[in-house]
Amino acid sequence: MTVTAVVEDSRPVGRSLTANRLPKWAPAAVAVGSIALGCGIGAAAGLASHLQWGLLSAALFLLISYGLSARVEGRRQAKDRFATSVVWVAFILAVVPLVALTVYTVQQGMDVVNGNFLSHSMKGVLQSGPGGGIYHALIGTLEQVGLATAIAAPIGLLTAVYLVEYGRGKLAKAVTFFVDVMTGIPSIVAGLFILSVWNLALGFGYSGFSGSLALAILMMPVVVRSTEEMLKLVPNELREASYALGVPKWKTILRIVLPTAIGGITTGVMLAVARITGETAPVMMLVFGADYINNNPFDGPQQSLPMYIWTQYSQVNNDFGYARAWGAALVLIAFVMGLNLVARGIARWRSPKSGH
Amino acid sequence: MTSSSPAAPQGRERRTRDSRVGDKIFMNLARGSGILLLVIMAAIAGFLAWRSGLALSNNQGNFLTTFEWAPDAPKPVFGIPVLVVGTIVSAVIAMAIAVPVAIGIALFISHYAPRRIAQPFAYLVDLLAAVPSIVYGLWGALFLVPHMDGLTSWLNEYLGWTYIFDQTKSGTPRNLFTVGILLAIMVLPIITAVTREVFRQVPRMHEEAALALGATRWEMIRTAVLPFGRPGIISASMLGLGRALGETIAVAVVLSSSNVLSLHILDAGGGTFAQNIALKFAEAGDSGRNALMASGLVLFVITLLVNGAARLIIARRKEYSGANA
Repeated sequence: MTVTAVVEDSRPVGRSLTANRLPKWAPAAVAVGSIALGCGIGAAAGLASHLQWGLLSAALFLLISYGLSARVEGRRQAKDRFATSVVWVAFILAVVPLVALTVYTVQQGMDVVNGNFLSHSMKGVLQSGPGGGIYHALIGTLEQVGLATAIAAPIGLLTAVYLVEYGRGKLAKAVTFFVDVMTGIPSIVAGLFILSVWNLALGFGYSGFSGSLALAILMMPVVVRSTEEMLKLVPNELREASYALGVPKWKTILRIVLPTAIGGITTGVMLAVARITGETAPVMMLVFGADYINNNPFDGPQQSLPMYIWTQYSQVNNDFGYARAWGAALVLIAFVMGLNLVARGIARWRSPKSGH
Repeated sequence: MTSSSPAAPQGRERRTRDSRVGDKIFMNLARGSGILLLVIMAAIAGFLAWRSGLALSNNQGNFLTTFEWAPDAPKPVFGIPVLVVGTIVSAVIAMAIAVPVAIGIALFISHYAPRRIAQPFAYLVDLLAAVPSIVYGLWGALFLVPHMDGLTSWLNEYLGWTYIFDQTKSGTPRNLFTVGILLAIMVLPIITAVTREVFRQVPRMHEEAALALGATRWEMIRTAVLPFGRPGIISASMLGLGRALGETIAVAVVLSSSNVLSLHILDAGGGTFAQNIALKFAEAGDSGRNALMASGLVLFVITLLVNGAARLIIARRKEYSGANA
């Protein structure tokens, strides 16, 4: 290829070692060109869905950039360009639905969410009409998630302490393995388990607390894993210094190890809370759902945000229901993402300085 | 461990005894919670198995071959083949889409993107892992399904001869294919997060050696990054697979289910384990609940195997933890 380059170009001999390259703006130009072409074909062929337009453009982009590069730069470079193009297309493929989801939720939800929506329940609201709100669902979600955290956080924390500070031998290995496996339990299975134990075998009725038990099962392994990682980051010198001063192990853990890692632990717990806040399936089975405000999580059905969305979508199933569902979805996303942002902020602010 | 301060002998003795008691209490508390987790896992399996036993002894049909799901009928009849097929098909579609795209995104973040874009984007992907599944479901039903019409008819027209893409019934695309795409979008952030961490840990020396030998960026990735990352990619995919298999509410919202076993993935119908439980639970009687628990047990065992396998593959490298994803 260098030979032909020399023949074709009148370049000085010294530069014949560098192969032909596409100019730097080539990928951008190809991208613009293929998007235009893709949309053109889409419009010309009368394809209704913009999904097709996008897919066409992506395919054209890959083909053109490979072809062009193969012609000018040779096969190896063409493959490299092709890989780069594929990676960029993957990036855009991922961004599109995720951005679409967020934007669409905000768009749909903004019209619905207002003071009235946040401060009223669905009691006495006609399902076929407008109005009503999510106050009862907010109360339910906060209480259920709070109870679940109160159960799962201490157990998770202690388990992580066991694994990092005490755990040796077969028991620790088994616990580690099953904690990992437990993170993968489908939420509906956790719901079924609590249903069979708490409601069927022990005879308790539907209540917010019974939902919290299932949520706690889902939360525990996540807390254990993240706390474990954080405790491992605490430098051993700190522990040894404490032992050298004659402080017993349990006090070292409580006074030195845990406070050092508290930032990361808080982050882990908050991320776990964010995860269980959105769980629908177990709540649906165990909390049952209600239109009215029930402040007592230990007695009688409650409502929760995810379940409210489900009810408004599947049972009310009209435009007013959809609108309320979007409103609740916006509140739920805002809550979960807010929790995530705060958690990561804490992680950055109070992360233990690793190493020496 | 014992106190070495030059205190009076009595004081020292008392303090040592205190600390020993404290140590013992604390250690047993910690070990107790570890054991509690194991007990919970065993109890889940045990209770579901017990209930399943009750259900199966009443079943007039064959659990493994009956298509119908009527456990509350006077003669209870129920079976899981439709659910097995639906669960596997939707998860396979999700994986076929999500894994390559996730590897692409992970490479984008770790090797291709300018650093200024990479960090915020990685962050964004992590945030999206936190979007609740009910919101994905709502979006899937009210936004994605109406937008799938074109793609569905396209596939039917050009790939209809493959049998699986043959659309035999018209109607809204509330089918296993749409469910698969939605699941792909949902598991994408999880797979990306784990894969990205693995790609970051590729020894710099390997990459630089490849580049120094004249490899292009892609050749460097193929020879240095991907072989190193393979176990990580596999286990990340399996974690994603576990999620996709167990996903409940998004599937329940989007899929229009039926007890027809069909491999025409563009036809509405079929069902998955989790979706079936969520949908049938409300009107299930005693026998119906037991039957649902039997199907839940099957789902539990499947996800257990998938997750266990993922962990065993990953075990050699402790750093890649899916729980942090």
